Amino acid sequence: MSANTEITDLTLWQLRELLLKKELSAKDVAKAYLERISLVDPKVKAYITVTEDLALKQAEEADNRILKGDVEPLTGIPIALKDVLCTKGVQTTCASKILENFVPPYDATVVKRLKGQGAVILGKLNMDEFAMGSSTENSAFFPTKNPWNLECIPGGSSGGSGAAVAARIACATLGSDTGGSIRQPASHCGVVGMKPTYGRVSRYGLVAFASSLDQIGPMTRDVRDCAILLNAIAGYDPKDSTSHPSPCPDYEKALSHTVSGLKIGIPKEYFGQGLGDEVEKAVTKAMALLKENGAELKEISLPHTEYAVATYYIIAPAEASSNLMRYDGVKYGLRAEGYKDLLEMYKMTRSQGFGPEVKRRIMLGTYSLSSGYYDAYYKKASQVRTVIRKDFIEAFKECDCILTPVAPTPAFKLGEKLDDPLQMYLSDIFTIPVNLAGLPAISVPCTLSNDGLPIGVQFVGPPFKDEVCIHVGGAFEAIRGPFAPWPEL
Amino acid sequence: MKITRGEVEHISELARLSFSEDELEVIANQLNDILGYIDKLNELDTAGIEPTTHAQELVNAFRMDEPQESLNVDDSLSNAPEREGGQFVVPRII
Repeated sequence: MSANTEITDLTLWQLRELLLKKELSAKDVAKAYLERISLVDPKVKAYITVTEDLALKQAEEADNRILKGDVEPLTGIPIALKDVLCTKGVQTTCASKILENFVPPYDATVVKRLKGQGAVILGKLNMDEFAMGSSTENSAFFPTKNPWNLECIPGGSSGGSGAAVAARIACATLGSDTGGSIRQPASHCGVVGMKPTYGRVSRYGLVAFASSLDQIGPMTRDVRDCAILLNAIAGYDPKDSTSHPSPCPDYEKALSHTVSGLKIGIPKEYFGQGLGDEVEKAVTKAMALLKENGAELKEISLPHTEYAVATYYIIAPAEASSNLMRYDGVKYGLRAEGYKDLLEMYKMTRSQGFGPEVKRRIMLGTYSLSSGYYDAYYKKASQVRTVIRKDFIEAFKECDCILTPVAPTPAFKLGEKLDDPLQMYLSDIFTIPVNLAGLPAISVPCTLSNDGLPIGVQFVGPPFKDEVCIHVGGAFEAIRGPFAPWPEL
Repeated sequence: MKITRGEVEHISELARLSFSEDELEVIANQLNDILGYIDKLNELDTAGIEPTTHAQELVNAFRMDEPQESLNVDDSLSNAPEREGGQFVVPRII
C-alpha cells in the first residue's frame, strides 16, 4: 500500500487528529485525494466536476489556519458535494441537461458553513437528475457504479455521494434525501448516511425537488464522522424559513458505546411482503446484537406504512412540478433554439432539457394538482400524510427509536429496473415514511450479502432528536465491530 | 381512475412539455400504472382529517424588514441565456 492510499483510508476524525498534530498537511491530504480520484474515478464515475484548483487553494488556506491555531473540526478535510448544492463559481448541474452550464452566483448555506470551517471542496458528485431516482441511472451524463461491484448501481439519488465515500475518493460527502436518497445509497455502498429532521439543516441553495420533504445530510465512513459533519451543517438559517430556530446539541457528544436500557421499536409492518431474505436476515442479526447488549426490543405498529409510497408519489411530484416550472429558458439554464414564440420556447426548452423520469414526475404532479383532481389526489395524500405522521408520534410514546431495513434488497444490477418506474419507486418503501413524517434517520452498515454487497440498517428518531440517531447508530457500529474491508479498486 | 390519452395531452400543455406520439403512448401507460397503484389511498377513510403540508409545526417565519445585501444585477443575470443591459431578453409577448 502506498503512502497515498493510506491517507485516503483514514476516517474524517482520524484525519482531523493528524492534521492537528501537523503529522500531515492539508495540502498532502488534498493531493492524495486528487491523485486517487484520477486513478479510481474513471471506474466508479462518481464525480461530475472535480475542483482541483479550488481544492489545492483551500488546502493551502487550511494549512495556514492550522499553523495559526485557528482550527475548526473540518479544517483541511476533503469533502465532496452532491451536484444539487449550489457552489459559487462552480458548475451545479443537478445531473440535468437543463442546468448543464449553470454556475451559481452564491453558495448554499451548507457549503458556506463547510468553507467557513476550512473544509477542502474536492468537487461535485453525480446523482439522479434533480434527485429523482433510486439508482443514479437517471443522471443525464453517465451512471455511477457501485464500488463493491462495478456492475451494480450505487443506489440513488445520492449515488455519487455514497460511491465516493466507499471508493475513498472523498473523505466525506453531502447528499440530499427526499424519499431515501441519502440512506438507500449509504446502505448500498456500505457507508453511514443520515437524513436529519426536516428543518434541522438549511435548504437554502439546495436545488428544490419537493420542498416539504427535502433535507441535506452527511454521508461518511462512520458515525463519528457523521456527527462531526452534522455539527457543521445543522442549525437555524434565516435564509430558509423552514429551518428550525431551536438550538442544536453537540452531536459528537451524543456518541456512545452502549444501548443498555434503550427501547428500540420494531415495526411489524416493515417485515412482511417485499422484504428480501438477505435484508431480513441482516436486520434480524442487528436486532439480536442489540438485544444481547442490553437494548429492549419492542414490537410496535405503524399501521399506515403500506400507504406511504402512494402518498409520496402524489406529494413529491406535485411539489416537483411546481418547483421545476422555473426552468423555462429565461433566467438561467438551457434555452432551446429555433422557437417561434414564448410558449414554444418554454416547451422546447423543457422537453430538450429534462430527462424521461423528470418529465414523468412533472406530468404526474401536474395531473394531481390539476382542476378536478386536486381533492382526489393531492388533498387525499396530504390527509394520509397526517395519519402516517401520527403513527410515528404514537410509536415514540413506547420506544426511544425505531429500527427498520433501509432497502428491500442489496444493490441491483445496472439497467435492471430502468424500464419499470413503479418497481423502482417501490424500492423506497422503508425510507419514504420517514420523509413524510419529517423525522431524523440514519443508515449504518450491518453486513455483507452472499454476493459481497453491503446491507445497512436504519434507525429512526423522534423529531429534532437527531442525537438519538447518532447515539444508537454509533453504539450499533461499536457492537457490530469493524465492517468488511473497503473494496479494492 | 384511468387517465386518457386526451388528458395526457392536456396535462403536457399545462406542464409546458411536448411529447411525440410514441412518447405520449408510453407516458399514458406509465401514468396509469402509477395512478393504479396510488388508488390504494381510496381504501382509507380520511373524512375530517386535517391535511399535512409540512411535517413541522412552525407557522410563520418573520424577520425584521431591514435592507440587507443581495445579489447585484450582474450576478443575477450571469446565467441568463440572453440579456441586454440589466434585463433578461425573451421573445415578444404582446
